[in-house]
Amino acid sequence: MNTSPPTSVKMRGIVKRFPGVVANDQVDLEVRAGEIHALLGENGAGKSTLMNVLCGLYRQDAGEIFLAGDKDGHLRQVDINSPRDAIELGIGMVHQHFMLVPTQTVAENIILGLTQPRFALNMRQVEKEIRELSGQYRLQVDPTACIWQLSVGEQQRVEILKLLYRGADVLILDEPTAVLTPQEAEELGQTLRRMAGEGKAIIFISHKLDEVTTFADRVTVLRDGKNVATLPTADTSKAELARLMVGREVLFRVDKDEVEPDQAVLTLRDVEALSDKGLPCLRRVSLEVRSGEILGIAGVAGNGQRELAEVITGLRPATGGQVLVRDRNLTNKAPRRFISAAVSHIPGDRLGMGLAGNLPVSDNLMMKGYRRPPLSSGPFLVRNAIAEFASRLIQAFQITTPSPNTAVRTLSGGNLQKTILAREITAGEELSQDQAPLLVAVHPTRGLDVGATESVQRTLLEQRAQGTAILLISEDLDELLSISDRIAVIYEGELMAVVDAADADVEHLGLMMAGEKHMTNNDVTIEPGFGD
Amino acid sequence: MPFSLKLEKRLEPSKTISYLVPVASFVLALLFGAVLLALAGANPLQTYRAMLEGAFGTPEQWQQGEFYSLTETLVKATPLMLTGLGVSIAFRMLFWNIGAEGQLVMGGFAAGAVALWAPTLFPFIPPWAYLPLMVVAGMLGGALWGLIPAMLKAYLRVNEIITTLMLNYIAILWVQHLYYGPWKDPQGYGFPGTAQFPEYAWLPRFTGRLHWGLILALVAAALIWLVLDRTRWGYEIRLIGENQAAARYAGISIARNIILVMLLSGGLAGLAGMTEVAGISHRLQQGLAVGYGFTAIIVAWLAKLNPWGVILVSILLAALLVGGDQIQIVMGLPASMALVLQGAILFFMLGGDIFTRYRVRFFRRSAASPQPAQTGAGK
Repeated sequence: MNTSPPTSVKMRGIVKRFPGVVANDQVDLEVRAGEIHALLGENGAGKSTLMNVLCGLYRQDAGEIFLAGDKDGHLRQVDINSPRDAIELGIGMVHQHFMLVPTQTVAENIILGLTQPRFALNMRQVEKEIRELSGQYRLQVDPTACIWQLSVGEQQRVEILKLLYRGADVLILDEPTAVLTPQEAEELGQTLRRMAGEGKAIIFISHKLDEVTTFADRVTVLRDGKNVATLPTADTSKAELARLMVGREVLFRVDKDEVEPDQAVLTLRDVEALSDKGLPCLRRVSLEVRSGEILGIAGVAGNGQRELAEVITGLRPATGGQVLVRDRNLTNKAPRRFISAAVSHIPGDRLGMGLAGNLPVSDNLMMKGYRRPPLSSGPFLVRNAIAEFASRLIQAFQITTPSPNTAVRTLSGGNLQKTILAREITAGEELSQDQAPLLVAVHPTRGLDVGATESVQRTLLEQRAQGTAILLISEDLDELLSISDRIAVIYEGELMAVVDAADADVEHLGLMMAGEKHMTNNDVTIEPGFGD
Repeated sequence: MPFSLKLEKRLEPSKTISYLVPVASFVLALLFGAVLLALAGANPLQTYRAMLEGAFGTPEQWQQGEFYSLTETLVKATPLMLTGLGVSIAFRMLFWNIGAEGQLVMGGFAAGAVALWAPTLFPFIPPWAYLPLMVVAGMLGGALWGLIPAMLKAYLRVNEIITTLMLNYIAILWVQHLYYGPWKDPQGYGFPGTAQFPEYAWLPRFTGRLHWGLILALVAAALIWLVLDRTRWGYEIRLIGENQAAARYAGISIARNIILVMLLSGGLAGLAGMTEVAGISHRLQQGLAVGYGFTAIIVAWLAKLNPWGVILVSILLAALLVGGDQIQIVMGLPASMALVLQGAILFFMLGGDIFTRYRVRFFRRSAASPQPAQTGAGK
């Protein structure tokens, strides 16, 4: 026993190879009991792989894992072969995508998968225990509520409670703040602090520097599957962390030229729509995006953003109102009509909608252009032209791929997004015929590393400079503030306000994202007031 | 347990593996069959040899210009090819058409109707026009039968597995009703079956029973390959099959494609029905619905939905059927032995597929390991 807190988890020399890549190359990680430890790195740096090894989803090729053993603080080596092993050893992970059954209650979800008790199940007792736990850690949630009734923040609390209920001493959180409002993120930080105060070890994966410096005690930086540094956050700065993570100096400001917005390209008038469940998800949404302008839509995930993008691209019927593109009424027209009206779409779900993962890069690049010459001639595809087109886009947008024939799903997140951008921007340019195209971008930088984010944002700004009208839906307020011209806040399908990005502040936006009707400020203009 | 194994997804299945695995699976299936044969008291090597010779003939027979076994195999392969092509194009876009049997029967019915009734109803039709007309009628019959589940799926989202399956029985019983009842040959001595088609409605034969249907099947395979590989429509089908949301996003109408693909899929099965009645039986009778449309599903899977693969696999499965008859005659074994082998091959081939997608890793468990969890702890 020494003066520094005892080690809770120690991973030594972890090696994990995938065909063609070494995802973890001799990685060490040591986390102490009672600390919040951030695991920082770009996408593909090996953070998730390392944590998947720790929670039993992958088996390391080499290296050892030790856990705190007895009360003297001696470490014991453990062998983790399955998630169940990990749970039994007190290691639990909250994944980025929650693993909850929407139709079941909180309590039912928490005991799901437990093998004890074997027969008689006393739900009252379980609920009581959950209430005690949530009181202890101030994780307010009703154990009898069904998951689908809960907000994303509450669902995250359920995931954390699930781990606590299983007696986890090591909690891993994968990008926990990505789905939260700034206020919710703040609360989460306090919860983590409280759990650490109880002697638990908290590991959180992130590539956001802000939350690393505010939440964590220490941070381990990974780059290209290798350790770069482990330091106390008190002794470092955002700039230093960014340099360690990327391997070069990073500029935080994106340069934005002044562009004078021109005529309206997209006009929505009182648009209404239903969600997949048939419930109203857009309520009288009116907005206007002009040529050469980026209109940002801020909001917590699940407030109608995806549905808004789908209505604007023809993928979801509008149950009311009008969608006009360059004054042509396209309300409830087929998606193909929107495509030929030069409406491009970067969907939020890249592999779910934006790409066909098993098809080669070239097939994915031609998704919007295969109907026209030169890629096709009559009913036939023109192979040479397609190959040429693919190489041209791969080069122009700097897509890193072994070849145009590689299955697109094997590319990194940044290159997936570049593939989509390349296709959408090219289609917009070809189809707009000297008029301004419209680009609907949904979470275009979500999950991307610093370098790829920079490149996507720069591309969007270039498009804006060329007169494209851009509707940018994002959960990242910093991104919205730095590249949008105006920001609208959406809450439960309703636009709360449209503010000038130059005058907007994070706290105010955060409150509106949580549903607070904004107070009339002089730096704020209320819709409708467009159409000068 | 000192050792443990874990499956890990391959990023990209290697070319070698994707060829090696099916071959190894086939060999394993034969070994498995050999064990069964041995248990049944037969010499496996002799049996396999008898099957091989039964399906393709012996060199001595070939030297004497005797190709009966080979042509019989091709005769059976022809309807498998056509239905297999039809099924695989529907499967390509994840439309689970298991109604090829019914579509085949309706194709046979439509072609038969032309051959039986047109000569009296439309005497002005010249004899040379009959075969082309029957091809069109057969394809239309199958296509329209396939259109029913397609419309239900496209517009009402009715599960096509149920509808295509049930429509099989309606088609089979409908045609049975015809040749047992109203269409029964009055001069047929009470045997169930229609009158024989006029001879100008017979598909010409090469040798033995081998007829022009084989050419039609090969042409169909080439056309399907061309469509899938080289046309905009083929690209659309591929995209829908890989990711329907992405296809919709790319402006492709899913409903329209379900209907078009099922017209083609049913049409090919209908053509198989036409070649069966015009090439083999020359009448509608028992024996039209013998399960080619169901075996087509196996063909499609084993061929990995590739048109040229369908041709090869059809010949292989037909050889098993014909060879199976032989072992009954030569070896005195039940012909169902061939079905057992067919099942084993399918089982091993599809089961082996896991090795193209995953690799298996063994590792030693150290003593520090917690109690091994029961299987299935993963999800």
